[in-house]
Amino acid sequence: MAGRSGRTVRAGLSAGSWRTYGPGALLLFVLLPLAALAAALPALTGRVVDDAGIIDASSKAALVQRLADFEAKSSDQIVVATIPTLDGEAIEPYANRLFRAWGLGQAGEDNGILLLVAKNDRKMRIEVGYGLEGTLTDLHSRLIIENTMVPAFRAGDFSGGITKAVDDIVLVLEGNGAELEARARRNQDSGVDGEAIAGMIFVVVWAVLFFGGFAFAILPRIFGRKLGPGRYEWLGTTFTYTSGSGSSRRGSSSGWSSGRSSGGGFSGGGGSSGGGGSSGSW
Amino acid sequence: MIAQRPALSSPASLIRGLLVMLLALPLLSACGYNTIPTAEEQAKAAWSEVLNQYQRRADLIPNLVETVKGYASHEKEVLEGVVEARAKATQVTLPADALSNPEAFKAFQEGQAGLTSALSRLLAVVENYPDLKANQNFLALQAQLEGTENRIAVARRDYIEAVRVYNTTLRTFPSVIWASLWFTDNKPFENFTASDGANEPPKVDFN
Repeated sequence: MAGRSGRTVRAGLSAGSWRTYGPGALLLFVLLPLAALAAALPALTGRVVDDAGIIDASSKAALVQRLADFEAKSSDQIVVATIPTLDGEAIEPYANRLFRAWGLGQAGEDNGILLLVAKNDRKMRIEVGYGLEGTLTDLHSRLIIENTMVPAFRAGDFSGGITKAVDDIVLVLEGNGAELEARARRNQDSGVDGEAIAGMIFVVVWAVLFFGGFAFAILPRIFGRKLGPGRYEWLGTTFTYTSGSGSSRRGSSSGWSSGRSSGGGFSGGGGSSGGGGSSGSW
Repeated sequence: MIAQRPALSSPASLIRGLLVMLLALPLLSACGYNTIPTAEEQAKAAWSEVLNQYQRRADLIPNLVETVKGYASHEKEVLEGVVEARAKATQVTLPADALSNPEAFKAFQEGQAGLTSALSRLLAVVENYPDLKANQNFLALQAQLEGTENRIAVARRDYIEAVRVYNTTLRTFPSVIWASLWFTDNKPFENFTASDGANEPPKVDFN
């Protein structure tokens, strides 16, 4: 043991184990408060999130296709979600929370719609984003719920009710044709997202410049072969560290967690809702 | 792994180092000069949204009163009560600059609470008139009213959160330093207090 680098010998919380477990422990501490939220929100696994299991497979597939086509055409994001229970929370705050957590609709445009069904509570809600409140008004939502969804749900036909409700929503949104086209044009998705690539290149260059210094100070000491006090050889180069050279502060890398689960590449566009829409029960 | 720290050449260099760090402290974006104005503007914007939604509710009332009058014209006290409450509520405005004034905020909240309870009374009375409940116009207004009440609730929640952030920056370290140095005029904003029963939105029952 003597003569070896102290790092590998020290037991317990050695510098090595900090490096291994540190980021994980930090992440855990960051995520811990999230567990305190009331009624955990389901993940956005796709355009139809059927946690209550009330939509049959073929209807679901057809719905997903319809919603995807509609988003491609108009940039509006309609998402159907079913949950088993609200855990005592009212459906309005829950729907708003879920809508905002998923970020439905394009950022800035806020053209998202959430159709939420709480199976055991026998409640449903259509939550409309800020941008669509003028087109799919509260009255529209109320009528869709009362006339389309409630009768179907009372008869036990969940898939049919939801499918027809989505059709109605699309009908209303398409009814305002000029507005729809204008929205689509505003939020057009160019095939090669030039901005994203430019952004990525910028970040990579910046990261290399920023972390390069630290990397060259730290990594040779870890991975390189020690030639003598303050001298290491790594990847064919000799690194010499003399006292008086800048202190190598541990560069802290920021974690980029997007927090969005991708289901076939679908994720919220970053829009928000102000509580518009309507609720109902059956 | 950390390179040997250079020995302190003189106390002066230590003082210089500390001074540089102290001057650089306000520039740290997470806790710098900008935190307080940013949080304040955020809270004011959230307040504008609250005012917006309350105004929207007030705008629905005249139409509602007219529709109800068509079917329940002899329910005079209730109808007049709503009209009066609305007038009172729209009179007591609270601009964003006066948000730290507790009396003004209380007056505003009371005005709106009065309107809420007058509306509840009106909707309770409507229950006795099935023709009115089935009227298309009334249904439309009901949907809009419910939607507006929900939007008010959401706007209030957003405001409460924004005020929490702002008031916290005024009190926590290190922004409390900037507050006492440069933002001495900034007082914490008032927040909504739950008054018994007045927070219940008018219940609309279609059964």
